[in-house]
Amino acid sequence: MGKTLLHKAWDQHTVRQLPSGQTQLFIGLHLVHEVTSPQAFQMLRERGLKVRMPERTFATVDHIVPTDLTERPFIDDLAEQMMVAIEQNTSEFEIPLYNIDDKRQGVVHVIGPELGLTQPGMTIACGDSHTSTHGAFGAVAFGIGTSQVRDVLATQCLAMDQLKVRRIVVNGSLSEGIYAKDVILHIIGQLGVNGGVGYGYEYAGSVIEAMSIEERMTVCNMSIEGGARVGYVNPDQTTYDYIKGRPHAPKDFDRAVEWWNSMASDADADYDDVVEINGADIGPTVTWGITPAQSVGIDQALPELGDYADAERVVVQEAFDYMDFKPGQKLAGTKVDVAFIGSCTNGRLSDLREAAKVARGRKVAAGVRALVVPGSQEVKAAAEAEGLHEIFEEAGFEWRGAGCSMCLAMNSDKLQGRELCASSSNRNFKGRQGSPTGRTLLMSPAMVAAAAVSGEVADVRGLVN
Amino acid sequence: MENSSVIANVTGSAVVVRGGDIDTDRIIPARYLRTVTFENLGEHVFEDDRAQGDHPFDEERYQGASILLANANFGCGSSREHAPQALTRWGINAFVGESFAEIFYGNCIAMGLPCLRVSAEDMQTLMAAVESDPAQELVVDLEARKVRYAGGAVAADIADGPREQFIKGNWDSLGQLLDAGDQIGETAAGLPYTNGFAVAG
Ligand code: SF4
Repeated sequence: MGKTLLHKAWDQHTVRQLPSGQTQLFIGLHLVHEVTSPQAFQMLRERGLKVRMPERTFATVDHIVPTDLTERPFIDDLAEQMMVAIEQNTSEFEIPLYNIDDKRQGVVHVIGPELGLTQPGMTIACGDSHTSTHGAFGAVAFGIGTSQVRDVLATQCLAMDQLKVRRIVVNGSLSEGIYAKDVILHIIGQLGVNGGVGYGYEYAGSVIEAMSIEERMTVCNMSIEGGARVGYVNPDQTTYDYIKGRPHAPKDFDRAVEWWNSMASDADADYDDVVEINGADIGPTVTWGITPAQSVGIDQALPELGDYADAERVVVQEAFDYMDFKPGQKLAGTKVDVAFIGSCTNGRLSDLREAAKVARGRKVAAGVRALVVPGSQEVKAAAEAEGLHEIFEEAGFEWRGAGCSMCLAMNSDKLQGRELCASSSNRNFKGRQGSPTGRTLLMSPAMVAAAAVSGEVADVRGLVN
Repeated sequence: MENSSVIANVTGSAVVVRGGDIDTDRIIPARYLRTVTFENLGEHVFEDDRAQGDHPFDEERYQGASILLANANFGCGSSREHAPQALTRWGINAFVGESFAEIFYGNCIAMGLPCLRVSAEDMQTLMAAVESDPAQELVVDLEARKVRYAGGAVAADIADGPREQFIKGNWDSLGQLLDAGDQIGETAAGLPYTNGFAVAG
């Protein structure tokens, strides 16, 4: 029996078995941001410890940065304090910081790949749950909490439980107007938000193989929303073509490719579970509830309570009440107040291109506030070089600076009251977008653009064909 | 190993937080993450849920509780350790639930907060018992893998590793990881990417 990429990487990164039965795992790349790190650096100071491998540690700012007025000091005093903290911490502990005035700044999961830091076969950790994004390159990438950020800073290691591997094979192909976001929303809808607990997800099959690396990032990004600790795609030529020529790409590229190829799952690898999904079954997918698994195809009716097991009905009823939707209704035609295009799920160049195709020559509907927030300064510059910002601005979208923005609303970009937001981000939790009663519909960036110009949830296929 | 203490059981009254998939955005809304310490998070735990009224954390009968009873997938979503930090600052020292999201669970272990799983049926029993007599004392017994309440006891599951760590008082992961010493450098040196693929892996 062969081995999976996850098991190969696990074995090669194992420092030792801990008395607890966990594995002490070496971490090849540690990405740090301003929100989950200040307490970790403080814990190092309290114990008199240094950063073990500053050369494997990189920091940026993304969660709290304003995307409109970026002059320092920031208007928000608390955000400014966090900026000062990460500047002091990275300088004291000698870690590179891609700060707000650096062309390489952006959402941590967008810039790691852009810089060529994210590579196949590597273990990666970051104090952010969407670290699974980096799995698009065949890396094993863990989202961790602050105490574990401290552990990685001090030892370049994590104490981890072994994971099982579920191979999710998406066969066939996607039709026009169906995107990577629809694929992952569909998968989570099938397997549930709990389905991945204890597993790493390996995405495979012709649909995944045909995807660009940016699309694979969208899929891997939301693994955590399905409960899986990591998600990955085996590396291939698409992966290598993306990495080649980036600032941190290996100099001896051929040798690197040789090792990367050796790390991919063997053809006869042993999986704990295999799930097959037919690409033809995936339509434009939109969430209607308060977990990312509560989604439907745009032309389908919302579920009836009776479709659920008894135990689930309470949560489902809670979702209907919160969202103010009814069982059996359709989402198409539902008025939206806000449209948000951005985040580490869908804030990359290819996402903006697809959204711009829909926005081109159209106008944002009256009464809709529409925002485009590039995932990084590099994405922003590349989009501007193609004139995408002009398309968006002419249509009436606001064109912003790079950051997390309304994905979690730690800056001033927030929903107000009960506003309903069509969003390309990854979480539709109650209150996620800044208003305790605000409502989020997750969908692909092209679908968000379609909602913005229609003023209501709309099938993007009617606008791109 | 500094920072670690023996946690063989947690005793105290409990608070019942009903509902599945309670995510960390609800436990501590993102706006309170704009802080460089964990100090004042306890004041804002479940703030937006509580603003809607009728939240167990505001009920008189649950004040002083140190054990939180939860349904399935508690702590899903964001990796923010601010969530268990806020809960423990409010007074929670142990969690008993049908299931926990993994990052939340890992954060709790790193902080010395045991999370034990019980079946959905037993959870109904426990919740009903606590709701009818909230003053009663529960014992979350890690050694016996049981949760005891006034009316009896239910089986509670905790993996061998964490259980041993709590009982022996060595749940401080950093201390253990540091103990590996030179082995960390040796593992790193064996990975081809750490030396620019200069030698074949
Ligand atoms: S864009 Fe959203 S999900 Fe991604 S790192 Fe930022 S806050 Fe987290």
